[in-house]
Amino acid sequence: MQLRPTLLALVLLLPTLLLLLLLCAAPVFADDTRRSGAEFISPSTRAMQRDDTLNPAMLAVGDGKLLWQRKAGRSDTSCAGCHGDAALSMRGVAARYPAFDAHTNAAINLGQRINACRVRHQQAEPLRFETEALLGIESYVALQSRAMPLAPPPDARLQAAVQRGQQLFSQRIGQLNLSCAQCHDANWGRRLGGATIPQGHALAYPVYRLEWQGMGSLQRRLRNCMSGVRADVPPPNAQELVDLEAYLATRAAGMRMEAPGVRP
Amino acid sequence: MTATKPIDHARRTVLAGLGTLALGLVPVLPAGATPEKMAAAIAAFTGGAVPVPGKMMLEVASLVDNGNTVPITVRVDSPMTASDYVAAIALFNERNPDPGIAVFTLGARAGKADVSTRIRMATSQKLVAVARMGDNSFRMHSADVVVALAACIEGEA
Amino acid sequence: MARALVHMPAFARRGAVIEIRALIGHPMEIGYRPGADGKVLGRDIIRRFTCRYNGEIVFAAELQQAIAANPYIAFYTRALETGSLEFTWEGDSGFAHAETMPITVTG
Repeated sequence: MQLRPTLLALVLLLPTLLLLLLLCAAPVFADDTRRSGAEFISPSTRAMQRDDTLNPAMLAVGDGKLLWQRKAGRSDTSCAGCHGDAALSMRGVAARYPAFDAHTNAAINLGQRINACRVRHQQAEPLRFETEALLGIESYVALQSRAMPLAPPPDARLQAAVQRGQQLFSQRIGQLNLSCAQCHDANWGRRLGGATIPQGHALAYPVYRLEWQGMGSLQRRLRNCMSGVRADVPPPNAQELVDLEAYLATRAAGMRMEAPGVRP
Repeated sequence: MTATKPIDHARRTVLAGLGTLALGLVPVLPAGATPEKMAAAIAAFTGGAVPVPGKMMLEVASLVDNGNTVPITVRVDSPMTASDYVAAIALFNERNPDPGIAVFTLGARAGKADVSTRIRMATSQKLVAVARMGDNSFRMHSADVVVALAACIEGEA
Repeated sequence: MARALVHMPAFARRGAVIEIRALIGHPMEIGYRPGADGKVLGRDIIRRFTCRYNGEIVFAAELQQAIAANPYIAFYTRALETGSLEFTWEGDSGFAHAETMPITVTG
């Protein structure tokens, strides 16, 4: 009989607590109209991404897993030598990129961070962009953030890059005179030729793209898009590409990571 | 506003013998693929016997995202016993440069006549699967698949 | 990507029909595409895939250019005895790769 009022209090309090918790959760909830690119592809392509026994990107992950253990450079150390088991040390890391790099005083993406590690800590040559080796390590690291919410760092030093990226996103470019926003903000869900326009949230990179018949980075996809509207294409690792990546990360903040993904 | 490179892609152009200006990897497919060639390839597989439609299933999306990678599953309704089994399954198409896609060798030990793979399709076309049974009879099934081309022709910059 | 991934059960009851999924990294160059220098890249594909169960071929595939890059093949076989399954891929330019997977059959 003594316990009853306490129990009653709990029963009344619990739903309120739960409701408060849910309201404080990441900004992906009832009113969020943001949708992953995975929702705009055919069921068989989506099935390829969802099942690790079907996903061609898992070949790249296998490469990355091997390279993680391989000694490199004058230091004769491997990634594992400092970072140990990637499943532990790299958990959530990819979700926090692009980040601000104090050494270069600029925003950097995950691939650039991997290379920075190679050069500074392994005293090894950087891996060339879009190579199997770099994409392999990147895929392996990105996998350790799968299903976690994209969490761009709340770093004031990143804001300049994010703002430049946002401006680029809305800027018309190319002979077709289109901006990213015109397709991916204003016309997502509509069809462009045979394809449905996705919202352009970069949650699945590095991605196995059927069009490439192989893996590629977000920058490769951005450069392809720019070429697609007949614009000048910045070279790989150009600042404007990293700026766009930084903006895209804030635009998709809170959405669940899918890397390494599959896209048409 | 920005000057652009004169990238001109005529993707999937079937013009035999024409060189390309392509900066990307645009295949110049020989104009050799026809329904007649496919029929000839099937006849070569069956040794002239006419395959009987039915008892088979070809699972493939009717509209594919990208012709580079089209998942396909072929199933034959067979108990896979020593006296009643599927010995082989062959896949054909009618508009790629070559009519043959693959030949899978099974046998009673397979337990199930069910094979999945991923194929390339140059364009919308008919796919045909032919099964050779243990008693040297043949069955077949076909499916029509629409391949949508990407709207944004991208160069690999 | 030169690696292969094979998925199959490690344990099975005798007589059970098991599914095997095999994926290998290979460009499966069709032989009609021009390279960066404008010259047509020669055909370079995996031609044959076999699965041997304790030495006996239980499945094989002859592949042509229409098989997509990074070939994926899924098929079935009966788990009859404990041992190992050997998967081999062979192709143009002397390409050869093998993977071995153990299986324990009970009952």
